[in-house]
Amino acid sequence: MRLRMPFRRGKTEFPSHLWTQCPNCGEMLFNKQLVRNLSVCTKCEHHFKLGARERIALIVDSDSFTERDATLVSGDPLGFTDSKAYPARIIESQTKTGERDAVITGDASLGGVPITLAVMNFAFMGGSMGGVVGEKITRAAEHALSARRPLIIVSASGGARMQEGTIALMQLAKTVAALTRLGDAGLLFLSVLTDPTTGGVLASFASLGDIILAEPGALIGFSGARVTSETIGEKLPMGFQRAEFLLERGFVDQVVPRAQLRDRLAFFVAACRLPVAELRWGL
Amino acid sequence: MQAVTSDGGVIIDPAALSERRGSPWDAVRLARDQRRPHSIELIGSVFDRFQELHGDRGYRDDPAVVCGIGELEGRAVVIVAQQKGASTDENIERNFGMSYPEGYRKAIRMYRLAERFRLPLITLIDTPGAYPGPEAEERGQGEAIAKSIQVMSVLRTPIIAVVIGEGGSGGALALGVGDVVLMLENAVYSVITPEGCAAILFRSAAEAERAAMAMRPSAPDLLALGIVDGLVPEPAGGAHTDHIVMSASLKRALVAQVERLDRVPLADLLSARYDRFRAMGVWVDPGAGALAERSRPWWRRMLNRARL
Repeated sequence: MRLRMPFRRGKTEFPSHLWTQCPNCGEMLFNKQLVRNLSVCTKCEHHFKLGARERIALIVDSDSFTERDATLVSGDPLGFTDSKAYPARIIESQTKTGERDAVITGDASLGGVPITLAVMNFAFMGGSMGGVVGEKITRAAEHALSARRPLIIVSASGGARMQEGTIALMQLAKTVAALTRLGDAGLLFLSVLTDPTTGGVLASFASLGDIILAEPGALIGFSGARVTSETIGEKLPMGFQRAEFLLERGFVDQVVPRAQLRDRLAFFVAACRLPVAELRWGL
Repeated sequence: MQAVTSDGGVIIDPAALSERRGSPWDAVRLARDQRRPHSIELIGSVFDRFQELHGDRGYRDDPAVVCGIGELEGRAVVIVAQQKGASTDENIERNFGMSYPEGYRKAIRMYRLAERFRLPLITLIDTPGAYPGPEAEERGQGEAIAKSIQVMSVLRTPIIAVVIGEGGSGGALALGVGDVVLMLENAVYSVITPEGCAAILFRSAAEAERAAMAMRPSAPDLLALGIVDGLVPEPAGGAHTDHIVMSASLKRALVAQVERLDRVPLADLLSARYDRFRAMGVWVDPGAGALAERSRPWWRRMLNRARL
């Protein structure tokens, strides 16, 4: 039995550690049930944001993931301060998420096929791409190239990390160049766009997948709503920049519900494998 | 492999500039000054026999991107430039230098052209950023920029990129993946406009000045950070005071760089371009260790101390 707090004003009808309200349909969802349903609303199929570790567990064969470059942490090249100094902001995000930066990379197998995987974490400073994210994604691409594995990148990011200024912008060029080498070597790159994928991440590697999949209802667009309204003084219409809209416009191959994501990825990875003879040529 | 040398009058030592600097916000205002020479004017005075080429072959011709073939001291080159207006009317025509996806697709067409005929590619960057409106989103702004960066990163011809005014975000980088990246002395180059940064971090575009201070987008800072290879000197008081001196200075720099890059074998050029961008980014690897612990409230710390 729960003890009632005598000084607390206003009762919360649903304690938040037990229940979550779906932002789309307003349904109150029992947390355990929500997790069991892969963080998808049981009523309206709204896809909640998924943490990077949960995403990895969702995609790869169980216990096959080994992390790479896990210890890289960001520097502070500009001495950037907004309301808080940048290093303090990083430490705050690290304690909040338990991760060192906004992407986790590593090797795994998917349906028995060895792959290299990079998964972005929106909870860490909006999944923004600074030096560490750029470096880890570049290393993942270079590793996939040397080990001749397919690469899967799951994006969830607000864009380039403003706290690293123009250096963050250069990460776009760096990651794209590494992925281009991967493609030139005939290796598969699957890009998965999740809620949200915007700004510099969409304007670089996320848009360059050989096959691009998106999660239902994910916000995908180049410019964020706040920048758009500041620049052109009007708001984007509802349902614009959503995964289904991009599918209709031809910028995404498929919109895949979360429950089917793993099988779909496994199918593409298995289908686009190089035959052994080709492999020998490539080496 | 190839350090930019100071021939062509390009400034490569950040220390040489220290006494001439204003605040970053002054730099942003100077870089946006409407009286500054814009791309068409610079192209007219730097290159001979410039022939403009139009259209992306898919949707329409974007007037914010001007490109074509011209001659630089007798050497044919491909020029891709972003055009801002010198007056409000012209700015509306040129969409304030903000390209739509078709502008980048037109640029990609030009890159391919330069590659096929092994013509050096020169890009002039002057934009607050890619256009962020609904039409641009609908036609794939992100994809167009990504593809443009990708094509440049493996283009089999020398590339010289020059930021001549305002280099804003991915919209500028889409023309900025060069073997050599130069900036005019009073130009700026940043990950987002100061207004955009302020709108996101400070929730108000009025804080743009503070954002500019924090992002340090001015040319001397970027030279010190190694993001650009050299600065093209401007006449005293800024490029807008003397357009003729400015274009002569730019021409000298471009001629020297084209001549230098022409001598580099293509394979070396491509691997140096890869390494140039590969080296950017600041990180540390302290090795495995515990993350900083969640800070506890003061009364919890007192309780723990009392227990000890």
